Amino acid sequence: MATRLKEVDAVMVGMGWTGSIMARELTKAGLNVVGLERGPDIKPAEDFAMPHIRDELRYVQRLEIIQDPAMETLSFRHRPSEQALPMRRMGSFLPGNGVGGAANHWGGQHWRYLPSDHQTRSNILNRYGAKALPEDMTVQDWAMTYDELEPYYDRFEKLCGVSGKAGNLRGQKVDGGNPFEGARQNDYPTPPVKMTESALMYAKACKELGYHPFPQPASTISQPYTNTEGLALGGCQYCGHCERAGCEANAKAGPHICVLPVLRADPKFELRVHSWVSRLTYDKAAKKVTGVVYTDTRTGEEYEQPAGMVVLSAYVFGNIGLLLHSGIGEPYDPATQKGAVGRNYCYQLSRIGLTMFFKDKNFNPFMGSPGSMMVIDDFDGDNFDHTGLGFFGGCRIQTGHGEGRPIAYRPTPPGTPRWGSAWKKAAVDNYQHALSIGMSGSNYANRNNYVDLDPTYKDQLGRPLLRLTYNFVENDYKLAEYCMSKVVEIAKVMNPTVMGSPRLRKGDYDIVPYQSTHNTGGTIMGTDPKTSVVNRYLQSWDASNLFIMGASTFPQQPAYNPTGPVGALAYWAADAIVSKYLKNPGPLVHA
Amino acid sequence: MADERILRREFLKGAAIAGTAAATAIAPATEAAAQSAPPKPQAPPAASADSDAMVTLSPAEQAFFTAAADTIIPADDLSPSGSDCGVVTFIDRQLASAWGGGAKMYRSGPFRKPPGEGFGYQLALTPREFFAAGITATNAWLKKTRGKEFDRLSLKERDEVLKVMDQGKAELQNFDGKQFMEALLDITMEGFFSDPIYGGNKNKVSWRMIGYPGLPATYANMMDLYRNKLYKPEPQSIADFS
Ligand SMILES: Cc1cc2nc3c(=O)[nH]c(=O)nc-3n(C[C@H](O)[C@H](O)[C@H](O)COP(=O)(O)OP(=O)(O)OC[C@H]3O[C@@H](n4cnc5c(N)ncnc54)[C@H](O)[C@@H]3O)c2cc1C
Ligand code: SF4
Repeated sequence: MATRLKEVDAVMVGMGWTGSIMARELTKAGLNVVGLERGPDIKPAEDFAMPHIRDELRYVQRLEIIQDPAMETLSFRHRPSEQALPMRRMGSFLPGNGVGGAANHWGGQHWRYLPSDHQTRSNILNRYGAKALPEDMTVQDWAMTYDELEPYYDRFEKLCGVSGKAGNLRGQKVDGGNPFEGARQNDYPTPPVKMTESALMYAKACKELGYHPFPQPASTISQPYTNTEGLALGGCQYCGHCERAGCEANAKAGPHICVLPVLRADPKFELRVHSWVSRLTYDKAAKKVTGVVYTDTRTGEEYEQPAGMVVLSAYVFGNIGLLLHSGIGEPYDPATQKGAVGRNYCYQLSRIGLTMFFKDKNFNPFMGSPGSMMVIDDFDGDNFDHTGLGFFGGCRIQTGHGEGRPIAYRPTPPGTPRWGSAWKKAAVDNYQHALSIGMSGSNYANRNNYVDLDPTYKDQLGRPLLRLTYNFVENDYKLAEYCMSKVVEIAKVMNPTVMGSPRLRKGDYDIVPYQSTHNTGGTIMGTDPKTSVVNRYLQSWDASNLFIMGASTFPQQPAYNPTGPVGALAYWAADAIVSKYLKNPGPLVHA
Repeated sequence: MADERILRREFLKGAAIAGTAAATAIAPATEAAAQSAPPKPQAPPAASADSDAMVTLSPAEQAFFTAAADTIIPADDLSPSGSDCGVVTFIDRQLASAWGGGAKMYRSGPFRKPPGEGFGYQLALTPREFFAAGITATNAWLKKTRGKEFDRLSLKERDEVLKVMDQGKAELQNFDGKQFMEALLDITMEGFFSDPIYGGNKNKVSWRMIGYPGLPATYANMMDLYRNKLYKPEPQSIADFS
């Protein structure tokens, strides 16, 4: 029997970016908030300190601060006809565990989505006609426009101190920024981060071809900054140990340095760690949740925490899982296309690119940050004409350095053996001289890509694992091929000593090599409860006091990393809760 | 063999002299300074990393990993052999660690053979058990086809054997030779390139070899100073800071 605790105003399930932002906004509005986090409390001053934080084996190979699949994982198959098998080791994506969530070990590439990314479906229909949209491509519009979200993008950027250069200030194009971005009211809070030599070479070649290179907007910030919570961030040291590890310099924006110090000091907020939420309690008739049930992993004791409001901020998989485990909403069935929970799961086309070798260059690949990149957006989203191309969406194409950690980074030219003296010589001869052009492609929803519950495998709480049914489809292969032709074009202009061979996406999706932690969908936003889980304020159609945060609300995945919009949406939803919902609790949108 | 030993001594000695102690937390600001960092007295090596006694590997397993490490990373003018660099000690420690025992792995059944590519590791074996079974299967196959176990073969023969395994053509009984080869290559490279604190990469030999500076990695000034210029200071490891 679960011990029943005293009711609180609001509970956050998960204390990453979204849980922290929501908790902060709701306590500011006077609510008593409890933050439940399944993992430990991570403390940057100890946990991200020198020298151990620069240990590649521990953080990059053995995934020290990443979700433990022994606790909770997914099962996976490529298609509904296949037998799903558990993901026994984390690979393709690396969700976080512990206070701060995945932002502890993210790369901080900080984007806004394009205005057309917010209206994917109607944009395709308007520009290319209804016949052009493939029948199985279940893309949808966002439930709010870019212009509506713009002030919240801005707010999240000011929380993080994002470094970058505006390309479109209030409708005026600005040289050197991204000319394709939506109009922004303000420039970035801090100037662009330092670029690597490789990034500058790439930008030069792009310019020669008439493309529009600009610096990667980065939450690995270029200079010390005091954020909107009055908290001080440091400047990036270009340490080359960013992704999968914490930042020793307090320069990588994350809940720990951007929000939590204020929240921890607030008596209206209580943080409970090692508190693993197994389900929500749900009054289906009243269309309300009544609280959550969680297990303290230190004692095995189960608690029921009643709450006036529940915020799901448990990352994409946690959010979908908790709805399915609690019987909230109708699970999606690809055969009938009925049900909305688990629908439109999308991912990202990455690990695609081309490596070149420049005999006369020294790139010092260990110096840099994930932001030390120049990017072009000329082939992103709907920035180019798709007529006759056979696919929709696009990719951003970029180059930089900054992850030269030697277990993982040992580029060698094509034809090099994998071991022995010849390999060693090639590894030594090329460590300084390799340059990769990378691309990150959009991933549009398909009716057969979805998430439901596995009939066989269970997690440590005895709940069914989530079952992911996912594969790349024709649209993805064609997109990758088209964008690769642009990569090759740029590579030729860069004129390397040795040209590598293109790394394309071929064959079935492989859940082993890391691709990105840009999982999206499953609890998507929309205007119709039949095809969406939350309304435009990220409020559940099935429980008016349940709000769902994060990329699980995206109807499809554009080419950019997701967290800029994830943070913007958290502020947007918080604003709606505080200014509308609290005054008049109930559905904010009537279906 | 004698040559190898001289080579090894030179590498390890040179390394020890160049190894700067903990205090130099900030990397030198100019190339000249980087190259003329004053030699400091050698810090005593960490006992665990230096001891060659095995924690978990049997003598036969140790012999196998030694032969494999020295084939994958042969002694040459770039580095001593894999085992001389501590790779076998590294593997022993890793397989004895929580990771070797299957930590951070989902280990509930049923266990099934994947219907195709892309599902990742699906065996019930922990890494420790996987390597043990892989070594047994490889040696049994070699005994049958070549009359000798892996560590009895010449360097050239071992290289051939690894190629056969890498191409997925090794006919091991009840074991996937290609999967074993991938795991063997991974753990050997990890041992060669990880921080010396784990027992491999003795005296940062691989870092020095490719020019990886290790810690402390504060490059805000270096980004411009060393733009398109080689930055190759004496590498520093965790032990240098502890
Ligand atoms: C290696 C890596 C690099 C990345 N790089 C970038 C990048 O460059 N740019 C970008 O935009 N994005 C990047 N991302 C993605 C980014 O980190 C995420 O989008 C973002 O952190 C998500 O925030 P969130 O609040 O939705 O979820 P999270 O930060 O994942 O927080 C969810 C929290 O909920 C907890 N939780 C889950 N289930 C439960 C439960 N049942 N009970 C209690 N607690 C629970 C988890 O432990 C976790 O702490 C990267 C991610 C990774 C892993
Ligand atoms: S690259 Fe910059 S932001 Fe990232 S961990 Fe290093 S110092 Fe921090």
